[in-house]
Amino acid sequence: MENIEKRNQIWAFIVTGILILTSFLYYKVNVYYMYLIVYIWFGFAYGMMLQYGRFCMASASRDLFAAGVPRMAVGILIALIFFSLVGVVLSITNMSTFHPGPLGPHELIGGIIFGVGMVLAGGCASGSLYKIGEGNGTSILSIMGIAFGQAIFVDIGGVFNRLMPQSWMDRANATTWIPADKMTSWFDHFLAGYVFTKRQILLSETKVIKSLAGEGNIRYFIGDSLVNTIIPAAVVLLLIYYFYTRKGFIKKRKKKKGSTGLSDELAGIWNIITASQRTTMMGVLIGITAGIHILTMKGMQLRFGVNNFGQLLTRMGHSVDVSITGKVFDPGYWYITTQEAQFAGWIMEKVGWNVRDNVFFGVMNGLPELWRNPALWMSIGIIFGAMVMALLKKEFKFKLPKGELIIWGLGGGLLMGVGARVALGCNIGAFFIRVAGGDPGGWLFGLGMVLGGYAGVKFFNWWTERKMAKEMEAF
Amino acid sequence: MAMKFEKVGDGKYMLDVCGYVCPHPQIYCKKSLEKMEEGDVLELIFDNPSSGETIVQMCDQAGHEILEKKEEGGKLIYMIEKG
Repeated sequence: MENIEKRNQIWAFIVTGILILTSFLYYKVNVYYMYLIVYIWFGFAYGMMLQYGRFCMASASRDLFAAGVPRMAVGILIALIFFSLVGVVLSITNMSTFHPGPLGPHELIGGIIFGVGMVLAGGCASGSLYKIGEGNGTSILSIMGIAFGQAIFVDIGGVFNRLMPQSWMDRANATTWIPADKMTSWFDHFLAGYVFTKRQILLSETKVIKSLAGEGNIRYFIGDSLVNTIIPAAVVLLLIYYFYTRKGFIKKRKKKKGSTGLSDELAGIWNIITASQRTTMMGVLIGITAGIHILTMKGMQLRFGVNNFGQLLTRMGHSVDVSITGKVFDPGYWYITTQEAQFAGWIMEKVGWNVRDNVFFGVMNGLPELWRNPALWMSIGIIFGAMVMALLKKEFKFKLPKGELIIWGLGGGLLMGVGARVALGCNIGAFFIRVAGGDPGGWLFGLGMVLGGYAGVKFFNWWTERKMAKEMEAF
Repeated sequence: MAMKFEKVGDGKYMLDVCGYVCPHPQIYCKKSLEKMEEGDVLELIFDNPSSGETIVQMCDQAGHEILEKKEEGGKLIYMIEKG
């Protein structure tokens, strides 16, 4: 037993050492790579926290519907509240890199597709990454599904363009700032003909909030944090308590005390917050870390006088990496999925597929070499961080995907990839970051995830019941 | 790879979901307990640590008691008495 512990510790040191060495080498090559190194280490921190707290958004709706366990849903709500409070400070000090997404029903639809996919795959986008760090082979398939699902989805055109409404096609083709040779896929027409016409709403900048809270800094707290995050999160928390845990908790209390009152209800709510201390604790830490990450990225941008890593790549002579707008994907905060799409796009390009003839890669996100892709390094950091934590907790075990898990992992990943592109983000970029940042559209994606998760659970309930019945024939 | 749910004795059952990842271990565990009588004991064998946290809370909320938790060769074994 001691030998295993020792061996795991050595591997944890080796993995950490590799990342330290990598960071040092990048720094030696060019000081601009400090920007990329920051992504690596925030990814590493996210990975450690995700693994320690078993922080997977798929389990938020799935465990609630399938097992009646609210720990993850509560953990996410706590993380949202803390992240939004840090976000207020960043907005007040003008150190935020957050920008809201286009608001529309595509966020709900994308959320539903993503929600079904994450339940089938057994993990959300961030959850699948941390589970790779635990040695979970099914999660590797999920991430590959997310990566290639997106890259193919954004690039296919031809007959698929006929599926787009004519009004979107007309509007997209009338767009002047996108070159015609980049407007080729159905996704390009969806973006230019529909998504880009949608309003982007930040609650603190709305007339309603400004009339309530004035033009001062307090509007960031009232609009983005209180109205968009804290109150809805509290309502969801109360609903979870009422529908999932209240009955059992009050029954236990009545048995013990004879009668119950308001103090018992409050104790019940506190109980669901503290039921899984490690998840709640990580919720607090992840929320704060996500805020500090934004601050650090903004600091990097100010330090180098840029607002996108693509400008630094160009300065270093790597202009082939960037899009025609001179940018690469550089969210400036915690984000998953687009960098995975770039990973798949990079492979597809190497085997001869022209993936730059579209808006997603060609105009918006670029296609940097894998080793110069800052957000991809964040994902690698998450895997390595989770691996170190799993090794230290003796929870690392490499498991090859087998049997039905291959289908669930890959199929779920593909659905997550498609859902993430429709909504322009995943459980992190389209939900977590947007909600805490003050974008009400984040809740639309969240609602979609819950609905999709419910459908996924219904399917798995049917599937497992069938298998259980077969097993019980022998009894 | 296949899950195994067997009656191994009077009031004793065994569920082996090794190789399975989330959400399968927790769903199979819940369904197995639903098929059993109060007081019956389930030996749950799994190797997906992420499922453990959910299973512990699920048992706590449903009134099932985890009699023993152990780890053997990378496998997690929980003895659960249905409440």
